Amino acid sequence: MSRSAARNIPLLAFAALGACVPVALSALKADFYLTQLTMSAWYTMVALGLCLLMGYAGQVSMGHAGFFSIGGYTAAVIATAGMPSWLSVPAGVAAAALIAFLVGIPVLRLKGHYLAMATLAFGFIVSRIILGTPLLGQADGISDIPAYHLVAGLAISGRRALRVQNFYLAWAVVFVGLVAAMNLVRSRSGRALRAIRGDEDAAAASGIDVARHKLAVFVLSAVYAGLAGACIAHFNGGIGPGEAGIMKSVRYVALVAAGGMANLWGTLGVSAVLTFLSLRGAFGLYDDAVFGALLVGIMLFAPSGVFTLIRKRVLGR
Amino acid sequence: MGAAQILQYLLSGVTTGSIYAIVGIGFTIIYNATGIINFAQGEFLMLGGMIAISLHGFLPLPQAIALAVVATGLCGVGVQLVFLSWLRRPDILRMIIITIGLSILIREAALHVWDEKVHALVYWTGDETSSLAVLGARISPQLLWVLGACALMVASLTLFFRYTLTGKAMRACASNATAARLCGIRLPWLVTLSFFLAAAMGALAGCVVSPMTQTQYDMGTSLAVKGFTCAVLGGLGSVGGAVAAGILVGVLESASISVLPLAFKDVVALTIMLAILLVRPQGLFAAIGRKTGPL
Amino acid sequence: MRGRTIFLVGFVLAVLGSAAAWAADTAAVRIGAVLAVTGPAANLGLPESRTLQMLVDDANRTGGIAGRKVELIIKDSQGSAEKAVSFAKQLVEEERVLAIIGPTTSGESMKLKGYVEENETIMISCAAAEAIVNPVAKWVFKVPQMDSFAARMIYSTMKRMGISRVGVVASNTGFGQGGKAQLEKLAPEYGITIASSEVYDASASDFTGVLTKVKGQGVQALVNWSVEPAQSIIPKNMKQTGFDVPLFQSHGFGNIRYVEAAGKAAEGIIFPCGRLLVADKLPADHPQKRVLEGYKKEYEEKFKDEVSTFGGHAYDAFLILSDAITRAGSIEPGAVRDAIEQTRGLVGTAGIFNFSPTDHNGLTMDAFEMLTVRNGQFALLGK
Repeated sequence: MSRSAARNIPLLAFAALGACVPVALSALKADFYLTQLTMSAWYTMVALGLCLLMGYAGQVSMGHAGFFSIGGYTAAVIATAGMPSWLSVPAGVAAAALIAFLVGIPVLRLKGHYLAMATLAFGFIVSRIILGTPLLGQADGISDIPAYHLVAGLAISGRRALRVQNFYLAWAVVFVGLVAAMNLVRSRSGRALRAIRGDEDAAAASGIDVARHKLAVFVLSAVYAGLAGACIAHFNGGIGPGEAGIMKSVRYVALVAAGGMANLWGTLGVSAVLTFLSLRGAFGLYDDAVFGALLVGIMLFAPSGVFTLIRKRVLGR
Repeated sequence: MGAAQILQYLLSGVTTGSIYAIVGIGFTIIYNATGIINFAQGEFLMLGGMIAISLHGFLPLPQAIALAVVATGLCGVGVQLVFLSWLRRPDILRMIIITIGLSILIREAALHVWDEKVHALVYWTGDETSSLAVLGARISPQLLWVLGACALMVASLTLFFRYTLTGKAMRACASNATAARLCGIRLPWLVTLSFFLAAAMGALAGCVVSPMTQTQYDMGTSLAVKGFTCAVLGGLGSVGGAVAAGILVGVLESASISVLPLAFKDVVALTIMLAILLVRPQGLFAAIGRKTGPL
Repeated sequence: MRGRTIFLVGFVLAVLGSAAAWAADTAAVRIGAVLAVTGPAANLGLPESRTLQMLVDDANRTGGIAGRKVELIIKDSQGSAEKAVSFAKQLVEEERVLAIIGPTTSGESMKLKGYVEENETIMISCAAAEAIVNPVAKWVFKVPQMDSFAARMIYSTMKRMGISRVGVVASNTGFGQGGKAQLEKLAPEYGITIASSEVYDASASDFTGVLTKVKGQGVQALVNWSVEPAQSIIPKNMKQTGFDVPLFQSHGFGNIRYVEAAGKAAEGIIFPCGRLLVADKLPADHPQKRVLEGYKKEYEEKFKDEVSTFGGHAYDAFLILSDAITRAGSIEPGAVRDAIEQTRGLVGTAGIFNFSPTDHNGLTMDAFEMLTVRNGQFALLGK
């Protein structure tokens, strides 16, 4: 078997699994799980984007909830203000990308603690602006966001009747996002990013345009987050300021860290499962504590992710 | 705007600023000894305040505060010994994530140990309604305690780092850990000590501000963001710089209130911080910091 | 042989069928609750969740609601909208609850309004914003008193005191913003000028700056509208900065903890509130006295904690629901909903509820009393 075919096997399995889930759930009369599965798909998009940035390019972002909410709130404002309805999601993505571009140029010059602090401050600023702006609904957020109509009856909407198609839609977007990310990682640019993660000066010395590569991946990860935010605003029919909170940004970092940093599959798996459980209230009153413990535990005992730990300890490889 | 009003804004800024400064000092102490930014620093303030409030139920105020400071210091030691001491050459990202995770755990634990409600320590002198007139402006006497505590910390840290052997050893570790070890400085002990100091100072700050700002289990995060802002602005690692930056940020925030809606207060402070970070990544007062090491 | 098999199968089916019919007749009442038990609105959500659990335990110990067992599922939304949406869908589609009690905050309630309407599930919100029941949605009710009642009570008290120029500060939460909007809307009607209006962040801990700004406007009184710790920091800061005008607060101040935290500075604060906090000071023949004292005593003995008006909202929601189920004589959602709309003269903690197809709050201004703080205790103003 050729290498590219071997690489495609997990992707095919993932697609097949995704296709089967609604069928299996409806056979088990448990299709209510689809709601949280769909939501967790959108949050997984954010984690995938952050995985590219943190895992492969080595640039920490403690403010990704900011990009998510820029996408979500832009879409929400457009969809509820009587502007052309098709505009909302593209505008949300564009706004996230534009702001990432503008913020990224100066901020990505920073390293280590300073970068963490600057991105954290960015997230904090976004959250404060949302809480202080009447147009954005302040602490109440924006409600009654209509469905986002795509082609031929396909719509991003939380209505019960559209549950199955929304599941397919969300996970199809994740699939595309994953394939795009994998291709990027394998490309020349991907190698450049890994070189930057290893040693920026060395990368620059070998002719890599460090600033441009970092900025590009930063904007790309913001696009993932902005798209997720815009879509989930339509899916939930509303968005609140909790989405912009620092705890949300920390959560995305936790998901990527638990997935093994430079590990797209790991991030995908951890994010899909944990977000799903959290959205179902499986952790009860200890929701934040679970993510805190996860961060500490993973970073202490398995800095290369849960999957690597399992492979080493259980399978002995 | 009258002179009295301007002075009132200024004093309001100094109040919040000195709180930020004390948090900033905590960051600085640990950073100097270990190169780690401890994102759980804000939680030490919360713990100090909460423990003192609980102890004040059956102890006189001075004893309650002293015990709370020691207890929180020991918590800091516990955190360092249990979670951080056995890591060999961890990278920065890993340490940031661990301390953020710890801050969440401490906060959630506090929610279950105490509760979700606000608590306040009694005023050290006077009470809620006491007020001093200063050139036409009015302040709470507690503010004098806050400023006093801040000054005490700066003075004692300065003396400690400059004139004691341990302090000098700590500075040596900060500038070059390997060289310090070669000179026979026992590094692990110093790191543990730095956590004790940072946590204890945080606890003292938590006690001194509690009558004014009150204590709630989730107060740590925003304090940590502000405190770190000041530590960075002051040129990471400089105690004096952190204090100067703290007061500056406080006054700027307070000044912003007079022209902008209050809700944007934090935005102003953080935007200024970002701007300065980009123009002068070494901090506002870096020149001072470089001359005297960690001071 | 074959005949016996058929007989057996038939017998089993008959037994199962009758069991199912019997079960349907006395099927448990399933109630869902979406409450902010932890997170920034925990000081509201926690007493709500405790109260609800306490009432359900009581009901089950004494034979349930109209002979039916009660099953309660509480979900902790942490006050965030997306979780509230996810949990509401889970409760409706998976747990098939009859009604949702909550959410705690206005923002969450507004996110669920459309969903419960579409899925024909009763929702009894514990949040204050007017928008929840205005415009009226068929399946959506709310129990806390209207913000506009509170604003009117404050303004008419001010008029009596001869105050006409005021400053307003409010937190940036849904509660603060709802109150601020009502204050601004109703001011002209009462001939009151708002000289300065400021919004602060819910986690802010020092207000001397903003108080200086408002003081500079020469106001005769200050109104603060929030449910946050700010309620006890602002009075302290006022005293410390020598800002000596009467302080009015919203009904969010209805928690003795805030008085304790503000200490002496709390003396003289005026605020509108339900009667729960002054139950012991009501005349013996007051219609609410028995309900209020009963709830207060049970809650405080059970949780070793002072009762607050927020827990009272959950009490009222459960009371309204169980009353409606009893009157409807079934747990068919439509019948129970209709029964809620027909509720008349039901005595709750917030007031006496009279619902109608156009009024899904059921309270009048009469639900409020003006209270003040005297010697560290709540007291009726002017009594």
